[in-house]
Amino acid sequence: MWIKKLFFILLVRPLILIIAGVNLRGKNNLPSDGPAILIANHNSHLDTMVIMTLFSLKTLEKVRPIGAEDYFCNKPYKTWFSKNLLDLIPLKRRPTKEDGHPFSSIYKALEKKEIVLLFPEGSRGDPEVMKPFKTGIAHMAEAYPTVPVIPLSIHGAGKALPKGEALFVPFIIDVNVGEAVFYKGESKAEYTKNLHYLVELLEK
Amino acid sequence: MIESKSFLTLLVLITILALATAIIYFKYPTKELKDRVNSWWYILGFFSIGIMLNITIAMFFFAFLSFLALKEYFTLIPSRRTDRRVMFYAYISIPIQYYFAAISWYGMFIIWIPVYLFLLLPFRQVLIGETKGFLENTARVQWGLMVFVFGLSHLAYMLTLEPTDGVGGKELVLYLVLLTAFNDVLQYVWGKSFGKHKIIPKVSPNKTVEGFIGAFFSISILAVLFSFLTPFNWYEAVGAGMLISAFGFVGDVVISMIKRDIGVKDSGNLIPGHGGVLDRVDSLVYTAPLFFHYVYYLYY
Repeated sequence: MWIKKLFFILLVRPLILIIAGVNLRGKNNLPSDGPAILIANHNSHLDTMVIMTLFSLKTLEKVRPIGAEDYFCNKPYKTWFSKNLLDLIPLKRRPTKEDGHPFSSIYKALEKKEIVLLFPEGSRGDPEVMKPFKTGIAHMAEAYPTVPVIPLSIHGAGKALPKGEALFVPFIIDVNVGEAVFYKGESKAEYTKNLHYLVELLEK
Repeated sequence: MIESKSFLTLLVLITILALATAIIYFKYPTKELKDRVNSWWYILGFFSIGIMLNITIAMFFFAFLSFLALKEYFTLIPSRRTDRRVMFYAYISIPIQYYFAAISWYGMFIIWIPVYLFLLLPFRQVLIGETKGFLENTARVQWGLMVFVFGLSHLAYMLTLEPTDGVGGKELVLYLVLLTAFNDVLQYVWGKSFGKHKIIPKVSPNKTVEGFIGAFFSISILAVLFSFLTPFNWYEAVGAGMLISAFGFVGDVVISMIKRDIGVKDSGNLIPGHGGVLDRVDSLVYTAPLFFHYVYYLYY
């Protein structure tokens, strides 16, 4: 995927690292190899770019963000962008019976030892306000209990490029990476709540 | 001849820094001091490349420094969602201000931010129409522009000054920056060695009267020693030294005041051992315009 690399080298990295600037804590908690699931709070389109920028170019190949199919693949240019530049895994928000298991493409990525990036809030919210997590992450963790789930918090991206705005204004973005979490058979609601709590803790 | 003076000075600085590095690594090998001295190497390296190569690179270097400082400041201060648009114009003003410096258009350089932006940025807010918090935001943004763009850009304008008495803008910038940096270091060293009486404990608990006075006299002497970088005679150099030392201190504590107001210790973590860019340019934002006008009044 040379085009994804090129996109990050020429555009995303200069924009995120030089124009905005990232203040990274917990760098050692970042996985150097897959499979892994990254979860984070979500306020801005920059969130995906910021997290993908944290990885070396070599590991970047394996990082696959998950996005709603109805948003990221509803127009031909968006589909092209999502597929080629982000290497996005499209997710159906309202799957039908014929689609099979809704997470099958995510599971396939994990089997290929890829690093999956997910925003359990479902969609971007207001800056500094976190919505409850959806329980999809718990289903994935239950299906792959040996795959580490790594919580991250992002702060400031919602100021630089909030939802519904097209004007990017430079602000320093704080990223805090937490320690890996493994699924230990608790209830899905409990597990999801705990992850939400961990991301909240990282925000401080 | 001009070139050799600044090269000689840089060699002296490298030697002093090498000595300081050796002392810290062998006698006081704490992580904080090591980080600090290592970062000084980077600062000296970037700064030398920034001012020595050519004037265009120098302009980009200082404009980028203003940008980094302003960005740290904007990230720290509280802001409403609608303020982003005003801040956007504040960023856009940076290249324009440095362009006026680069072409030595003194009139526009000196009024672009204090007059034009001061009068027009509030109007941008009027167009957005968010009335609540208008005055606070106008004041915050203008203050940041004045200090981190207008203040720092005096370094860039100083670089373009025509040589007099065999020294040009490059030497003057070098003189100002090295004395400002030594002032910070000497306040720390004198304070650590003899400091007893805190000067403003509420704002900066580490600043002492002894540190301030020690640095004030040492800098006055250093100002004369390094006056070969300037057109000054000895008493003009002493005056410059006192100006830089006193107002370097003021700039330092004023930026500390902002950090206390917001409730952070460091403005960022871009420079290991120093904090953010604001923590490093705090003295310079005061000494740069004041020293510039001192020289400008005496020789231009």
